[in-house]
Amino acid sequence: MEKPNSTRGRVSPGLALRNFLIMAYTISVDGLRKRYGDVRAVDGVSFDVHQGEFFGILGPNGAGKTTTLEIIEGLREADEGTVTVLGLPPWPRNSTLLPRIGVQLQASSFFERLTAREQLQTFGSLYGVPAEKADAMLETVGLGEKADVQVEKLSGGQAQRLSIACALVHDPELVFLDEPTAALDPQARRNLWDLLREINTGGRTIVLTTHHMDEAEVLCDRVAIMDRGRILQLGPPAALVRGLDAPARISVASGLLAEEDARALPGADTVSDDGVSLTISTRDPSAVVAAMAAKDALAGVQIHGGTLEDVFLELTGREYRA
Amino acid sequence: MSTFASFKSLSRAMYLGFRRDKGALFFTIVFPLMFLVIFGGVFGNQTTSKAKVIQIGRVTVLDQARAHDGAELGKIMSITGGTDRAAALKKVREGDADAAVEQRGDSVVMHYSAADQVKSGTVRGYMESIVQTANIAVTGRPPTYRMVPEQVEDDSTKAIQFFTPSLLGWALASAGVFGASQTLVTWRTKGILRRLRLSPAPISAVFGARVVVSIGIALAQMALFLAIARLPVFGLKLQDSWWMAIPLVVSGVLAFLSIGMVIGAWAKTQEAAQTVTQLIVLPMAFLGGSFFPLDGAPGWLQALSYVFPLRYLNEGMLNVMMRGLGPSSALPQIGILLGISLAGAVVATRLFRWDAA
Repeated sequence: MEKPNSTRGRVSPGLALRNFLIMAYTISVDGLRKRYGDVRAVDGVSFDVHQGEFFGILGPNGAGKTTTLEIIEGLREADEGTVTVLGLPPWPRNSTLLPRIGVQLQASSFFERLTAREQLQTFGSLYGVPAEKADAMLETVGLGEKADVQVEKLSGGQAQRLSIACALVHDPELVFLDEPTAALDPQARRNLWDLLREINTGGRTIVLTTHHMDEAEVLCDRVAIMDRGRILQLGPPAALVRGLDAPARISVASGLLAEEDARALPGADTVSDDGVSLTISTRDPSAVVAAMAAKDALAGVQIHGGTLEDVFLELTGREYRA
Repeated sequence: MSTFASFKSLSRAMYLGFRRDKGALFFTIVFPLMFLVIFGGVFGNQTTSKAKVIQIGRVTVLDQARAHDGAELGKIMSITGGTDRAAALKKVREGDADAAVEQRGDSVVMHYSAADQVKSGTVRGYMESIVQTANIAVTGRPPTYRMVPEQVEDDSTKAIQFFTPSLLGWALASAGVFGASQTLVTWRTKGILRRLRLSPAPISAVFGARVVVSIGIALAQMALFLAIARLPVFGLKLQDSWWMAIPLVVSGVLAFLSIGMVIGAWAKTQEAAQTVTQLIVLPMAFLGGSFFPLDGAPGWLQALSYVFPLRYLNEGMLNVMMRGLGPSSALPQIGILLGISLAGAVVATRLFRWDAA
């Protein structure tokens, strides 16, 4: 929404450039705010998403991810700030924009008692997609065998696949996935990641919200870390972690190495032993590992670098709570 | 992306969802039909059973009456012969027969039990009239006065004639209100409304589909009701303008849908919607005259009954299907039902929310 105090109304070379860039971006969000009573759900969020990008919005529950997404999708009106999606404003309901975007909702929003095939055909027909194409999409997400199963009888992972298929059935340029792997077991999550990567190839832009740090690290080209309605940091996951200068953690089975000996290793910062494994925290993992090798204490060694979890801890000063 | 394609596929989705919902099928289709069968069966054949009379030996007047007008007599009495007087009296005493009749000279003696005075009184009346008729016949002169009995009720007051439209009204009310309120609440809480809002399908297609599916279900209910009530067992007779019940049913369904939409727009959970729906539909069925005729009800109750849309539907259907009123007699009721639909739609639109939050 244009606000009176916005500088956007005036024509200036800078503005012209900015407008050009907005057209080039798949999504452009600027100064977004949304308040529910006293709660500032979204409190000044700005970012751009490029075409073909896999963009993640990461943060704990209640960080404002979903509200941000809903404003971009056109389900809610922002109190302040501007949003353009594929060069168009999403609010009010924009029926020229809607066919170009696909939305997978947090809840599995299915028609009751329809089979997977009927479900997908129904959603497809809302976009003028023929039934055969909907059936083909069912194969793409690996549900070909479950075509005639009613949605209530699908497993959690299958239901998520179907809801992703429902978001993709009309071949949108831009796809929103809201916590697609919530409540899935690790195996199903990994399978779904493969599917999501597949969707991303071929120039399709994906915006994903998640509260799983590992998911964002594995899937996203860039991640916006959100907490309390604000973006704390934005960048490629690897860059965020690298910029952190977080220590690596090296762990081996307990008893291979005495705690005192471990502390004496060159480069070791802190050492802890919980009775199961001994963990050495270090900023020079190669030196520590070399020294451990010399002591022949590398059985079952595991080395963990910094993660987005560490980034979150560093940014907020508190443990990440999913 | 045409509106019609969206409308068609949403209608199909809703219809399949309904057809596969065994609970909904039972409560909207089977349950009311069970009531029809039970009510039609219980109140349908309320003709008094025939008087059972045992004739002991020869009874001249009775033999004459049977010979003369046996068919007519057979409608009110079943007469069995017997020679064993003691056995016949025992049967009367035990209630297996209503009377035993014998002739002693010129007297006709009727043995009866005081246990069922109404029945014995009836038989006594019959017997007296037979004896009188015989007496007159003996004089050889035609009777001066004749009594012609005529029942005030014709076929149209048979129970099935009342219960078919009334229970149909109830069935339509509960299917309509439930259908709309449940769809709206379920679709909202499950996020289907949000999903539809994010599709290019026009909102009119979404609601149009619900309305059309409900009308389709209502007409199927009507067809089933009429088909069953017209079975020979129940013997429903329809008057000439019965077809006028179709627009009545359609406008009734619209009214019930709009009430359901109001409930569905207001209620946050399915449980709340269900409770409120029951709280409206059941009193409406009772006071709207679906379970008993309101003709004999006190004035205040009759006045109260007009609060409920079902009352107009029931009255309209009774008028055209059973009372033989002309097609135009249903117009006021149709008008009122459409008015209620409109008012409900306005309120529902104002209360409508896309989101559960």
